[in-house]
Amino acid sequence: MNASATLGKDLTGLEHMTPEQIRLILDTAEPFKEVSERPIKKVPALRGKTIVNLFFEASTRTRISFEFAEKRLSADTVNVAATGSSVSKGETLVDTARNLEAMRIDMVVIRHPSSGAAEFLGNRIASNVINAGDGKHEHPTQALLDLLTIRDKHGKIEGLKVCLVGDVLHSRVARSNLWGLTKLGAEVAVCGPWTLLPRGIADLGVKVFGRIEEAIEWADVLNVLRLQLERMEKGFIPSVREYYRVFGVTPERLERSPRPITIMHPGPMNRGVEIDSRVADGPHSVILDQVTNGVAVRMAVLYLLAGGRAELADAAKRGAE
Amino acid sequence: MAVEILELAHGTDDLVLIGIQRRGVELAERIAKLIEKDEGTEVPRGALDITLYRDDLETVGPKPVIGETHIPGDLTDKHAVIVDDVLYTGRTVRAALDELADFGRPKRISLCVLVDRGGRELPIQADIVGKSVKTGPDERVDVQVEELDGRDQVDVIR
Repeated sequence: MNASATLGKDLTGLEHMTPEQIRLILDTAEPFKEVSERPIKKVPALRGKTIVNLFFEASTRTRISFEFAEKRLSADTVNVAATGSSVSKGETLVDTARNLEAMRIDMVVIRHPSSGAAEFLGNRIASNVINAGDGKHEHPTQALLDLLTIRDKHGKIEGLKVCLVGDVLHSRVARSNLWGLTKLGAEVAVCGPWTLLPRGIADLGVKVFGRIEEAIEWADVLNVLRLQLERMEKGFIPSVREYYRVFGVTPERLERSPRPITIMHPGPMNRGVEIDSRVADGPHSVILDQVTNGVAVRMAVLYLLAGGRAELADAAKRGAE
Repeated sequence: MAVEILELAHGTDDLVLIGIQRRGVELAERIAKLIEKDEGTEVPRGALDITLYRDDLETVGPKPVIGETHIPGDLTDKHAVIVDDVLYTGRTVRAALDELADFGRPKRISLCVLVDRGGRELPIQADIVGKSVKTGPDERVDVQVEELDGRDQVDVIR
């Protein structure tokens, strides 16, 4: 099973990954779920590795999830936030990373407001780089945990109808999900106000729904995106109340669906804006399963990248057992 | 081997069988069934994948497929018997001992292997051995079990 696939040095996005590489991560994540259920939630796989979590943007869930994943693999971790560090004194990203490397680190997990920051950094330092969200570009580990959650719930991804609802334009989660889902054979749709859908998205082979009712009628899974008010520079929507009235995912709307629809949300939720509380806490919501799976997926990525250098994979093939 | 385990453990009271992925899990299952037939008591059994406890991740790279680990309850004050197909360098058993320690503090841990092929790199010995075979480093010992491979067979391949 996937024995030949390896990941390379960095994980910057799903756009350039093969379906085999994505499946390798999902399959590797399975046994890591169990580690978090143990009385001692720790295995020594990454003992002695030093990982820096370099967060230039606010994050609770992703940063904590990465930190748990690192600690449960026995890596040593350091958190660097943009505020209160030399970054606020004007140091460039590459200089920050090179200084960290001079202290002999092995991996960098980076979140940055600029699209492409992770790849830019990965091309300039020797350490493994993992993208924890770069601007409006990609958030690969979020999409991977979404894929794992869908696979858990439905037993497969191929052939499922998944609709991304809401603020697709500003969403790196949506972009990574689009790549991942289409590579694994799901049918993908987006639904939202035209102002929040990227131009030309239909050219990517994605269905576009202008009304939430149509999306609900079509979909097996709704991935409800957060309305990213902080990224909106001007009036994309008339008001949040108007948005809820037209696009809010409510129990009344879901009731009209011919089948139960799995409800996902990458968090943090704006309850009563893009998603009704009764839906978020309802029986078909897997929102907290997503969070649980996030740790397992990130453990899998860290584990695979830590030992995944090409020459090591070759040694493994020669039969070191 | 089932009889030897019973003698070693003085019955089935605190006995837990822990198979090492993959062939060891099947062997533990078989031993448990034999004991069940003889004694009429069900022996708790678990499975252990030691991939994440290996000391050679750096040199062999990550194993893409990690098997399931499940341990039946707290191991504290139990007599855990590790079951594996082949005992060679002892490094797998070293990893298994470390991993078991994270699931409690058994009063005793024993080791039961189908084939002991010599060549130890650590001070580890089995308590129960199905068959000892002297082999060199250029040879391979291949254990096949019916559940996974369709037949029961042990081959020494040069």
